[in-house]
Amino acid sequence: MTNPMTIAEKILAAHAGLKTVEPGQLLEVNVDFAFGNDITAPIAIRIFRESGVSTVFDRERIGLVADHFVPNKDILSAEQARVLREFAAEQGITHHYDGGESGVEHVLLPEKGLVLPGDVVIGADSHTCTHGALGAFATGVGSSDLAATMMTGKTWFKVPESIKFVYNGRLRPWVGGKDLILYTIGDIGVDGALYMAMEFTGPVIDSLSMAGRFTMSNMAIEAGGKLGIIDPDDTTLGYVTGRASRDFTAYHSDKDAHYAKIIEYDCDQIEPQVAFPHLPENTRAISDVGNVPLDQVVIGSCTNGRVEDLALAAKVISGRHVAKGLRLIVLPTTPSVYRQALERGYILTFLDAGAVIGPPTCGPCLGGHMGVLARGERALSTTNRNFVGRMGHPESEVYLANPAIAAASAVLGRIGSPDEL
Amino acid sequence: MKIKGRVWKFGENINTDVIIPARYLNTSDPAELAKHCMEDADPEFPKKVRPGDIIVAGRNFGCGSSREHAPIALKAAGIGCIIAPTFARIFYRNAFNMGLPIFECEEAANVIKEGDVVEIDADAGEIHDLTTGDIFKIQPIPPFMQDLISDGGLIPHVLKGLNVTVHVPGQQ
Repeated sequence: MTNPMTIAEKILAAHAGLKTVEPGQLLEVNVDFAFGNDITAPIAIRIFRESGVSTVFDRERIGLVADHFVPNKDILSAEQARVLREFAAEQGITHHYDGGESGVEHVLLPEKGLVLPGDVVIGADSHTCTHGALGAFATGVGSSDLAATMMTGKTWFKVPESIKFVYNGRLRPWVGGKDLILYTIGDIGVDGALYMAMEFTGPVIDSLSMAGRFTMSNMAIEAGGKLGIIDPDDTTLGYVTGRASRDFTAYHSDKDAHYAKIIEYDCDQIEPQVAFPHLPENTRAISDVGNVPLDQVVIGSCTNGRVEDLALAAKVISGRHVAKGLRLIVLPTTPSVYRQALERGYILTFLDAGAVIGPPTCGPCLGGHMGVLARGERALSTTNRNFVGRMGHPESEVYLANPAIAAASAVLGRIGSPDEL
Repeated sequence: MKIKGRVWKFGENINTDVIIPARYLNTSDPAELAKHCMEDADPEFPKKVRPGDIIVAGRNFGCGSSREHAPIALKAAGIGCIIAPTFARIFYRNAFNMGLPIFECEEAANVIKEGDVVEIDADAGEIHDLTTGDIFKIQPIPPFMQDLISDGGLIPHVLKGLNVTVHVPGQQ
């Protein structure tokens, strides 16, 4: 008889070859998939090369995704993307994505069926927690950790305590995964789940699409969380069926599993949320935002750049035009998202509305390129961080919201709701 | 291990975009990153900081991105160690992995003032504020993390396990 465990504990126990684990325990675990991008992987590759280890642990289980500064924004970033290309060729790494095959890593890798329920996944990118939406133990690490896993196929973890979040009631109009997670971060703070696993449950999560779930798991790190994990169900299995590149095991939290905290929310009370500068915890309901004029709106990123997000934005902006003097930038996150958006007419809708359509890239989310803000400029973005200088000049401002609010705000020229159109 | 230095103070939730803004992440060259370390919090910091200086900050230091460029930039700027009530988990991990000492101590983080000279005695588990005479107790470092430190960081530790005896410069 084993102790009752959470999904996070069960996955770690299975990957450490143990029957049971407890929060606080340090474990060495096998890793199912490890990846990095054009900013973080070059450091991991340099460390790997200097180590004297000749080959990676498994060339099928490593992902190298050029997505942050692509198409290369300058000579130095072109050199970084080249490091990935050369290393992938040297080692015969199967899942290297570049050029027209590449996209934002946390959208692309699940889309390709490379991250699956029950996996232990590390990524040298903090938003690796996105993959927890599939019921995987997925978390961000640094480049040294990625290098070590490339050598050994293993990593070490402290078993995290879990907080269970229960979302009850029904979603109000224009409210989605982004609003639930912003509301949660607003409630518990940017370190409210520090070192812990956030487990998202309840009837609202049960009926949430995979896109909405990915958005929620994506921002677990914005509350300091190690994971944003969701028990796999029929929605999850529907998503991975036909994509999965290998066998997987779906784990589920035991009913009597131990949680450090259980927090319940009544979603009937949750309006669309906007995070004000300069922390994701500075949330306000859309009705309390007041008059905030905007210079730029960005729709995209690993948080809200999936085809469902573009569909929602297109629905709001269809037949309308962006406000004079405002720039709307739409970035589909993968070639497949781009193609679907094109085939379903969303791209044309955005173009008719006066939007700039960019290629799949992280680009402006981190102030990299394709939408950097000038001094004093103000943007509303469907991305995940609104830190000082995040999207450009240290004196610029970023507000975070969902794609429907973003599209409506682009038309209004200030932060507002589709109900105001 | 003893570390002594002059203190620079910063607030809560110092995130990795402040430690090293993404606009400089088109390189991982430590010297280049050090030139821009903390500049969005204090534009003069890269010029003012001296080797061995210590950062004392508020809770959740290093939140945000996983970029190892953040501890690399701090270390290359000469920062000897960081004291804060809590660290964001990826930063915590990265700092240990690359040998940048960090210490969790809420009282020290609250009481120590900018410009104070402090000495950390990691073995005794104490922080001495040499300017004021205050002494603070540090959270003990878990044994596994001590192994990492004594092996010289994560990569030498891993290579020891693999029986690979190649010297790893890693980050300078």
